[in-house]
Amino acid sequence: MEFLEIFLSANFWAAAIRIATPLIFGTLGALICERAGVLNLGIEGIFTAGAMAGWMAVWLGAGLVGGVLTAAFVGATIGLLHGILTVPLGLSQHVSGIGVTMLATSAAYFTYRTALPDVTSPPRIEPFQPLDIPLLSDLPFFGPALFQHTVMTYLAIALVFLVAWIMARTPLGLAIRAVGDNPSSVDSQGLSVYGLRIGAVMAGSALMAIGGAFLTMAAFDAFFFGMVNGRGWICIALTVFASWKPRKALLGALLFGAFEAYQVRLQTEVGSVVPGEIFLMAPYVLSIIALVIAARGADYPRALLTPWFKGQR
Amino acid sequence: MIRLEPRTTPSRTLALMAPVGAVIVSLALAAIPLLAAGQNLFEAYRLMFQGAFGSAFAFSETLTRATPLILTGLAAAVAFRAKLWNIGGEGQFYLGALAAVIVGTGAVSGPAWVLVPLVMLAGASAGAVGLIGPAYLKTRFKTDEVVTTLLLNFIILLIVQMVLQDWLKDPMSLGWPQSEPIVDAATLPALFAKYRVHAGLLVSLAAAALIYVLMRHTVLGFELRAVGENPHAARHAGISVNGTMLKAAAISGALAGLAGTSEVIGLKGYLTSDLSPGFGYAGIVVAMLARLSPVGVVISSIFIAGVFVGADSMSRAIGVSSYLADLVVAVALLSVLVAGFSIRYRIRWMGLRGGEA
Repeated sequence: MEFLEIFLSANFWAAAIRIATPLIFGTLGALICERAGVLNLGIEGIFTAGAMAGWMAVWLGAGLVGGVLTAAFVGATIGLLHGILTVPLGLSQHVSGIGVTMLATSAAYFTYRTALPDVTSPPRIEPFQPLDIPLLSDLPFFGPALFQHTVMTYLAIALVFLVAWIMARTPLGLAIRAVGDNPSSVDSQGLSVYGLRIGAVMAGSALMAIGGAFLTMAAFDAFFFGMVNGRGWICIALTVFASWKPRKALLGALLFGAFEAYQVRLQTEVGSVVPGEIFLMAPYVLSIIALVIAARGADYPRALLTPWFKGQR
Repeated sequence: MIRLEPRTTPSRTLALMAPVGAVIVSLALAAIPLLAAGQNLFEAYRLMFQGAFGSAFAFSETLTRATPLILTGLAAAVAFRAKLWNIGGEGQFYLGALAAVIVGTGAVSGPAWVLVPLVMLAGASAGAVGLIGPAYLKTRFKTDEVVTTLLLNFIILLIVQMVLQDWLKDPMSLGWPQSEPIVDAATLPALFAKYRVHAGLLVSLAAAALIYVLMRHTVLGFELRAVGENPHAARHAGISVNGTMLKAAAISGALAGLAGTSEVIGLKGYLTSDLSPGFGYAGIVVAMLARLSPVGVVISSIFIAGVFVGADSMSRAIGVSSYLADLVVAVALLSVLVAGFSIRYRIRWMGLRGGEA
């Protein structure tokens, strides 16, 4: 019976949404890159760099908004690197992405260690606080479950609908989708394939970095080594699961968050019988299962992974 | 305007020079973080070189580090040849290490000439299974192996942590999650007294030679390259693309697994969950620097190992974070990728007006 009561606690739903937030940013980011035809495996490193840069900006006194903007800028810069390597140079998106993850992760770690050579416990910042929305936050159950999150969570959800609208309804979104399906057609209309692809990778990478910043600036209040812990890779799986659609990405991230929040609570119930590692494994196993199910019928952007060169027909 | 033209034949000189160029670029770019950290560049590079190659001890440490890197590098090279993106070397490494302690800590007894090969076989098989799974999902369900192998790295490490808490835990380890020691008969001996470099290095070199022969002189090697270069043409030529993929997976996984086994039975003597400082991931860089050539893997492993050992040593001497090594390695990977571009294309200056297209 306790197993079902978990669903009745506002706390559970709040945790599900909190866990989903960085995944929403990351999956939206990955989706924008892939829609434009570029797989961005730099995501894991961009998360780490965003988490570090956002935190450090706040720690140095830039303020919380400054921290988010710093993270986004760092993310976009790393995205520019991945974009240049994979778009005009047309290099392997897989290898470039893994290299970018290695570079961004080690740069973040090196910077952190160099700035703080010998701290015993990571310095803390004052993170984003839960909003106190008049009336809504005070509602029973729904208040703590839905209306006491930080502004970053609401930003993530708003971005889902913004990106969905841009992708489906604007000329820009049409161009981004076209460049991921049939770049030559975009070129023949006089639009820049390189510009669109690099721009999409930069925008997507900025979102990934903000997802990382959520970890150090809202979920926690400090930077830890290894704190991203595969979240980036999970977003890549969620992107396929969401068939490159923003609203489905939101749904996937929320389902994932709910599963995570549920199993953490389940763990306290049966923790003595089942080793904790089994629970820690669950998100990765779940991602693989989701990927296997989704990949069979997946409608990949047709020019994903395929470089395009100017003058090519 | 500048224009890019594909070279009709990839330049051989550039193909050989590209990795050298990438190494120089990555070491030169390391100056940026070193300067940012306020270090004397000359002193830092000198300490790094000395720490990696400056003495017999330093070089033996570099070779010790290179031993697993050769194997994980070969693992990546074989898989990448067939365009199987195995990013799971880290997980397969731990599977090999895990198999080594399951078999080698007393469950089986026998003379060394039986036990050592048996433990290595167990480790290689475990690694192979660890990649055949994702490769099967790729061939059967088109599941992207990059993501599955990456996620498996996390899962496998958690499995290792779990069994070290309980099933395989050494009761004498005073609460540390560490396995029982490998029995003497299953241990790879040290090559020289007083140095840590062990017979695993010979295993790695033998593996490199074997892969060289496999890729150059066997039907399977030909099929691997054919599938990697053009799967449609390979299928037309009557090669089973899926079957070749699975064979590549078995070989690649086995090599990475063997790296973990060798590290346990040659160097550490037991298993902990921090056995690998990222050997699986570094193997990708090794393979790319080597342009997927088995001989190149041996050379680039020694370079990458030298960067890690040298940076550690420099870090102890002047307090620069040893994450510098990871930075150099990452930059080396991206540089060699860019250098690969220059092998296939030539850049031609077309005059200011752009010329005729």
